[in-house]
Amino acid sequence: MNRFDYVRAGTVAEAVQAFGAGARFIAGGTNLIDLMKYEVEKPGRLIDITRLPLDQIEDHGNGLRIGALATNAKVAYDDRVTERYPLLRNAILAGASAQLRNAASTGGNLLQRTRCYYFYDVATPCNKREPGSGCSAIGGMTRIHAIFGTSAHCIATHPSDMCIALAALEAKVQVSGPQGDRSIPFSEFHRLPGDTPEQDTNLVPGEIIVAVDLPESRFPQHFTYLKLRDRLSYAFALVSVAAALELDGDTVKTARLALGGVAHKPWRNREAEALLEGKPATRETFQAAADLIVAEAKPQATNGFKIDLARRAIVRGLEQAAAGTPQSLSDKRIQ
Amino acid sequence: MSDLRCRVRRAAVTGFKRNRDRLELLSTEWPAGLRAPPPSPLPLLLARPRPAQTVDDTMPLETQPPVAANTPIGITLTINGQRRELQVAPWTTLLDLLRERLDLTGTKKGCDHGQCGACTVLVNGTRVNSCLTLAVMKDGAEITTVEGLAGLGDRAGSNALHPIQEAFIEHDAFQCGYCTPGQLCSSVGLMNEGHAHTRDEIREAMSGNICRCGAYTNIVDAIEDVMQGGAR
Repeated sequence: MNRFDYVRAGTVAEAVQAFGAGARFIAGGTNLIDLMKYEVEKPGRLIDITRLPLDQIEDHGNGLRIGALATNAKVAYDDRVTERYPLLRNAILAGASAQLRNAASTGGNLLQRTRCYYFYDVATPCNKREPGSGCSAIGGMTRIHAIFGTSAHCIATHPSDMCIALAALEAKVQVSGPQGDRSIPFSEFHRLPGDTPEQDTNLVPGEIIVAVDLPESRFPQHFTYLKLRDRLSYAFALVSVAAALELDGDTVKTARLALGGVAHKPWRNREAEALLEGKPATRETFQAAADLIVAEAKPQATNGFKIDLARRAIVRGLEQAAAGTPQSLSDKRIQ
Repeated sequence: MSDLRCRVRRAAVTGFKRNRDRLELLSTEWPAGLRAPPPSPLPLLLARPRPAQTVDDTMPLETQPPVAANTPIGITLTINGQRRELQVAPWTTLLDLLRERLDLTGTKKGCDHGQCGACTVLVNGTRVNSCLTLAVMKDGAEITTVEGLAGLGDRAGSNALHPIQEAFIEHDAFQCGYCTPGQLCSSVGLMNEGHAHTRDEIREAMSGNICRCGAYTNIVDAIEDVMQGGAR
């Protein structure tokens, strides 16, 4: 780990003020410290924001405001989240380990970096780590890489489970920075790689996440977070599906679908969601939506299997949501 | 169980002076009828004198800054019930502080990247990976390591093992013992959290602790036993 200055901020304004070139905010540190040990990150200054009063979960209008410092565990086990946003609870509990969820913050979860092997390996070129150096993943081992929204510069995936649920729930990210406060719709928070893969999000330097707002609860019954991975727990998704439905009898009234493990950001396809709406909640309908989504997929040499995996996971996820039988968090058999 | 095995196994679950116990056992208590192993170079390596401490002995040598500009930061931690005033470099992890500075070597460094759980300790009663925790950020916190489990709750001041330690011995919940301190702290954290009730839920909630000997079945048995009020 490199040497750095340490600043403990007492207020959001102090934290923003302490920011400068080479500085990083630190909260849970579960990703940043790991990256520092690999010397992928070498901050000149760490600004400790853990003393800021941002760890509350509060009712906000008809929704819920989650403070940026609320730990993943605190959010997942909050009674209001469990009752009104069980999709978020299930997605959080599908990720990481209990120890990591006890430390990792809500804001930090949104800002975690890809787990692309080549991004972590400082001996190999990587456009995300070192812009302009090239992409070692293209033509390399691509099991955990993207099939949607890739570019010639980067095929990394966004690693979060929580964010896939937040995308489906259409959360809003509240940020504070040198230019004041603003609110960012979740779909505009993360970026596709394009020719600037070094930028994961649309935050400007010095901006700090203060809260994540959830809109009114609409999917407490018909939801699932289905995560498929190389081992049954404590592994990143190869493909994951956050599915949420509002049903009117057997007809889909509203559909939200977000995929994880397949793109540089939580992957949504509004056309597929529109296709589901007004249709009977049947396997045929779900297959049509899945086909529409995977039609856009562009696999690498060794991750073509993810297309069929995604297609089947989408159908199964929608079936679980429609039946009101979300994927169990402890029994890994897929019903 | 023979006295020798008892002592080895007790050392594994307490994390305390384990290496010394093992060396003692090898040198003085090798059971009659068995040949002692050939002399190992290991004790010599362990006995190698440490480099002379420089003026600044407040940081482990490996994490000393290249320049004097970085001033150590004063923090207070309560570790296993004992209040400690410490000067730490900001890049010192809680794990390195415990092992290298405070000689609390029960907490193990496995992967050093939050993937194996061997370094699990309790911070204010909550289990975390100490390898991914900067000590300076935990200023004011209460830390419990495997060495402190026996002193938790009403066992303070006594020499009695924590029920989970008794249960690990009872259920043969380890072989080599390297992951055991992390498994024990994680088990206590799991029980403090109170979210896992079934066997499947315990397995899922313990998935952050890897055991390469594969003692998982017995670890879950031990936790279940304590949750049901067993193992004293």
